Amino acid sequence: MREFGNAEVLFIVFALQWTLTLTALAFFGGGIAGIAVALLRISRSRYIRLAVSGYIQVVQGTPLLVLMFLCYYAPSLFGIELNALFAAGIALTLNASAFLGAIWESALRAIPKAQWESAEALALPQSKVLRFVIAPQAVRIALPSTVGYLVQIVKETSLASIIGFVEITRAGQLVSNATFEPMKAYVCVALLYFLICFPLSRFSQWLETRSPGRTKGPSRG
Amino acid sequence: MSVIQVENIRKRFGSLEVLKGVSMSVEAGEVVALIGRSGSGKSTLLRCLNGLEMIDEGAIAIAGHRMSYNAAELRALRRDVGIVFQGYNLFPHLTAGENIMLAPVQVKRLSKSEARIEAQRCLDLVGLGDRFDSYPDMLSGGQQQRVAIARSLAMQPVVMLFDEVTSALDPELTEEVLAAIEDLAAQGMTMILVTHEMRFARRVADRTIYMRDGIIHEQGPSDSLFAEPQTSELRSFLKAELGQ
Ligand SMILES: Nc1ncnc2c1ncn2[C@@H]1O[C@H](COP(=O)(O)OP(=O)(O)O)[C@@H](O)[C@H]1O
Repeated sequence: MREFGNAEVLFIVFALQWTLTLTALAFFGGGIAGIAVALLRISRSRYIRLAVSGYIQVVQGTPLLVLMFLCYYAPSLFGIELNALFAAGIALTLNASAFLGAIWESALRAIPKAQWESAEALALPQSKVLRFVIAPQAVRIALPSTVGYLVQIVKETSLASIIGFVEITRAGQLVSNATFEPMKAYVCVALLYFLICFPLSRFSQWLETRSPGRTKGPSRG
Repeated sequence: MSVIQVENIRKRFGSLEVLKGVSMSVEAGEVVALIGRSGSGKSTLLRCLNGLEMIDEGAIAIAGHRMSYNAAELRALRRDVGIVFQGYNLFPHLTAGENIMLAPVQVKRLSKSEARIEAQRCLDLVGLGDRFDSYPDMLSGGQQQRVAIARSLAMQPVVMLFDEVTSALDPELTEEVLAAIEDLAAQGMTMILVTHEMRFARRVADRTIYMRDGIIHEQGPSDSLFAEPQTSELRSFLKAELGQ
């Protein structure tokens, strides 16, 4: 049995790089896929909208843990050995794409139809209406909830521990097993999550208070 | 030569037929006012003219384009047909100047500096030369509407459509917007205005069209139409509008 000392704390802290890597993968991968999801959700074609809505429902309706297992074990059916980082990255990306896609879809829908019309009446093609008129306004609306969701992603990376990927939760588990000091190990892990998430949450709240589209007064309906 | 030619157009929203066979033509430099009770189809007619609403039957030719709902052809048409809306619809994240520069840069491929000069010229035209860098929410309704007019003008349209552009404004702000439109009329711009400002229509429009239930009920040179309305419906409409 080992003592819980500086080396153990450092081991957990070093694993932070993997938590952050996973977070970045999920945020950027999920962000890019989420943009596609949001745009397809406002497509003119009803079939595309339905298909993408189906994707969102399935992903949001599957526990991330299960998604994680599926991404880890499914490739082996085809004789492919995915490493845990890759599998976790895919699972988190799928998950984030559905949630971010839904957040951004509603931001796009919040822009009044008159904005589309007046831009189209100026002979701008759809792609430019989106890029120069709609998206900049939607981004402002979606920013607080997007940063808020980033906090979720940070915490969700902990589920990668289940497929053996050593990020801070898994590191804490390993330290706990080696030292029989679960409290110290997990308090250390919790502290690290808090250090990342707290500033992000505050940032999100701050964005919320200065957000232009904030509803004033009680909402009706 | 007529700049706008509308032949027997019909437009339905679901089971509601809003335009029931409208034909009209507008000559170059002519100013036409569309009047009538709310719900009579004036805005819908105007929106059909630049393809914001699709007609179900009939034909439209405007500014040298046949109405088509092919995206590229519709864009070509819209370059020559400006429209200003009741709700201004400025882009709130852009300054007045940027609002005006957007289409010239992105559609006409003007350089930024050319577009800036053009935007400044258009702002001067509507009397807002000093508000280039103001965001829409820092401007009054009347100023916003004048920026919206300038934004349309920057595309150097052949025809301008005005859809109840003063209806959302307080009376004291209405005048400045009407003055900007009157200037345009004086410069020979071809335009159609949907309006509730009867005195303005009479003064500025060469011809006035009275719409009722989706058809043109009566039309004529503004002076005679307002002085001697021929139908009892127009008489009672004018009485109600000018009455109080
Ligand atoms: N997009 C739409 N969908 C359904 N009905 C509409 C739509 N636009 C207008 N209408 C209806 O068409 C009728 C005519 O409207 P409109 O052209 O705005 O009249 P006006 O400009 O004379 O007040 C109204 O009954 C209105 O409710």
